[in-house]
Amino acid sequence: MIRIANGQGFWGDSPDAPIDQVRDGPIDYLTLDYLAEVTMSILQKQRSRDPEAGYARDFIDVVDRVLPDLLAKNIRLVANAGGLNPEACRRAVQAVAKRQGFDLPVATVSGDDITGRIDELLSRGIEFRNMDTGEPLSTIRDRVRSASVYFGAFPIAQALAGGARIVITGRCADAALVLGPMIHEFGWKAGDWDHLAAGIVAGHAIECGAQGSGGNCQDEWQTIPALADVGYPIVEADADGSFVVTKHTGTGGRVTVASVTEQLVYEIGDPRAYLTPDCGADFTSFHLSQDGPDRVRCTGVRGLPATPNYKVSISFAAGYRAIGSVAYAWPDAYRKAQAGARILRERVARLGFEFDAVHSELLGANACHGIRTAEPSPELAAQLPEVVLRFGVRSQNRAAVDRFTKEIAPLVLSGPPSVTGLGAGRPKVEEVMAYWPALIPKSEVMPVVSL
Amino acid sequence: MKVRLLDIAHARSGDKGNTSNIGLIARRPEYYDTLVKQVTAERVREHFAGVCLGKVERFELPNLNALNFLLYDALDGGGTLSLRADPQGKTLSTALLRMEIDAELPE
Repeated sequence: MIRIANGQGFWGDSPDAPIDQVRDGPIDYLTLDYLAEVTMSILQKQRSRDPEAGYARDFIDVVDRVLPDLLAKNIRLVANAGGLNPEACRRAVQAVAKRQGFDLPVATVSGDDITGRIDELLSRGIEFRNMDTGEPLSTIRDRVRSASVYFGAFPIAQALAGGARIVITGRCADAALVLGPMIHEFGWKAGDWDHLAAGIVAGHAIECGAQGSGGNCQDEWQTIPALADVGYPIVEADADGSFVVTKHTGTGGRVTVASVTEQLVYEIGDPRAYLTPDCGADFTSFHLSQDGPDRVRCTGVRGLPATPNYKVSISFAAGYRAIGSVAYAWPDAYRKAQAGARILRERVARLGFEFDAVHSELLGANACHGIRTAEPSPELAAQLPEVVLRFGVRSQNRAAVDRFTKEIAPLVLSGPPSVTGLGAGRPKVEEVMAYWPALIPKSEVMPVVSL
Repeated sequence: MKVRLLDIAHARSGDKGNTSNIGLIARRPEYYDTLVKQVTAERVREHFAGVCLGKVERFELPNLNALNFLLYDALDGGGTLSLRADPQGKTLSTALLRMEIDAELPE
C-alpha cells in the first residue's frame, strides 16, 4: 500500500496545506495541483513579460519550507507547478535546494507547450476544431496566446523510475499527478485499463484539495468539524486498484461516502466514459463504502481504452472587461439597487461605444442563483438591510471599457440615496482570455522527461 | 406531497468552458428512484430558464445514488469571460436544490 496526499487544490490554495500533509502523518507522495484554465492565462501573461517566469512561484516557497521533511521522511513530490515554464521552475527549485545544502534529482515533464508549433500543425492539416462548437482554429488564430497539451501519467512514472525526488510537470491531466506514482509503484502498464482508471478515480477524489475531505461539502455541513484545521485528502492505494480516501488523524474536516461522492461528481461529463490521456474511467462502475471513521473505500473501478488523441487547451485574447460595485442600505435597498442599474444602463448606452456584454446583478438578492424561483418576494425585498449592485461590461475595445469605469463612482452622488461606493475606487480594466478546447493526435506530440 | 430537493439530496457544481455540471446525490439510497423519476433533464431546463440558454443532458450514476446534469451555455461564456459574481457556476448546485417535486417518499 502507498499513501498519496494532495496538498494543493488550485493555485491560491492554502500555503500551509502541503506542510501539514508532510508533518501530520505518514505519506509516500505529496501531489500539488496548481493549474486551471484561469491560471494558464495568468502564467502566459507573466512569461510574456519575463522569460524566466510562467510557472507557479508559490511552489518555490512550498519547496523551501517542506524540503528538509520531504528528504528526512523519504517523501516524493509531484506537482504541475511548471505551468508554461517547467525548466525555469526546476532552476528555482534547485537554487532553493542548494541554498539549504541539498543536492537532489529534480525531473521535469515538458513538451506540452505547443504555442510555437501551431502554424506548423495547422499547415499539416490539424485543424484544432473547437470541441464545443466545431469551428476551426483559423477563426481566432491571430488571437491565440498559448496552447497546452494535457499529458498523462506515464511521463511522471518514468521520471519517478529514473529516481526523481521531485517531479515538475507542465500541463497534464490533474488526476495524472496521482496515477503517476501508482504506475511507478505497482508496475501498471498501458492497457491495464481497469487499474489506470482506478488511479484516475482516486486522483479525481483528491485533486481538488480539501473539497475531497469535508470542505465545500453540503452534506450536513453544519456538523463538519474543525474546518479551520481541515485535513487535506490522502489516498491509500493498493496494487489491485482498490483504494481508500482518508486524511490524517486529528485533523478537521470529514471523509464520508457522501463527502467523497460530492467530489467524484464534480466536473464530470458523461460518467460512463470520463476520458483522460491514459484511459477512460467508468464512474458508474465502482462501489464506495465507509471503512471506519474518515475512511472511504473504493472498489471495482472499470476502465476503457485510451483514445488516440490528447486534449489541447488553447487560450486566446477575448477583449477587456471591468466590474464595479456600490452598496445600497435600507430602506428600499432592493429598489434603489434596481434603479441604480437602470441609470447605469442608460448612461452606458449613451457612451457611444460597442460592448459585447453589459451585466448587472444584485448581490444579496439573487445574484448567485439567478433563477426565477430565487427572486426575493416583495415582502422580503422590502426588508433587505442592504443590496450590492454589481455592474460590469466587456468589449473588444479597451477604450470603451476604460470609459465605462468612470461611470460607477458618480452614482454615489447622483443616484438613489443611502449608498456607499465600498471604498473601491474605479474598477480595474482587465484583459480577458477565453479558452478553445481541441484535440491533437497523440502521434504529433511527445512528452519530454528530463532528469 | 411537495418535497424540496434540499431535503432529500445534496449537490456540487463545477464548470467546463461554458457548460455547468451539477451532480445531484440522494441523501438516502431510497430517495434515488424518486430523483430519477422526477428530476428530468426537461424539468431542470425549465428550472434554470434564463440562466441555462442551451440544452440539458442527464446521466445516471446508480452506484453513487447520483444524477449528473450538464447545462450547456449556462455560464455567460465561461469562467474567464463571464461578468457574473459566480462565473464558474459554483452555486448552481444549491440553485438546483431549490426545486420542488411531487414525491411519495419511502419510509
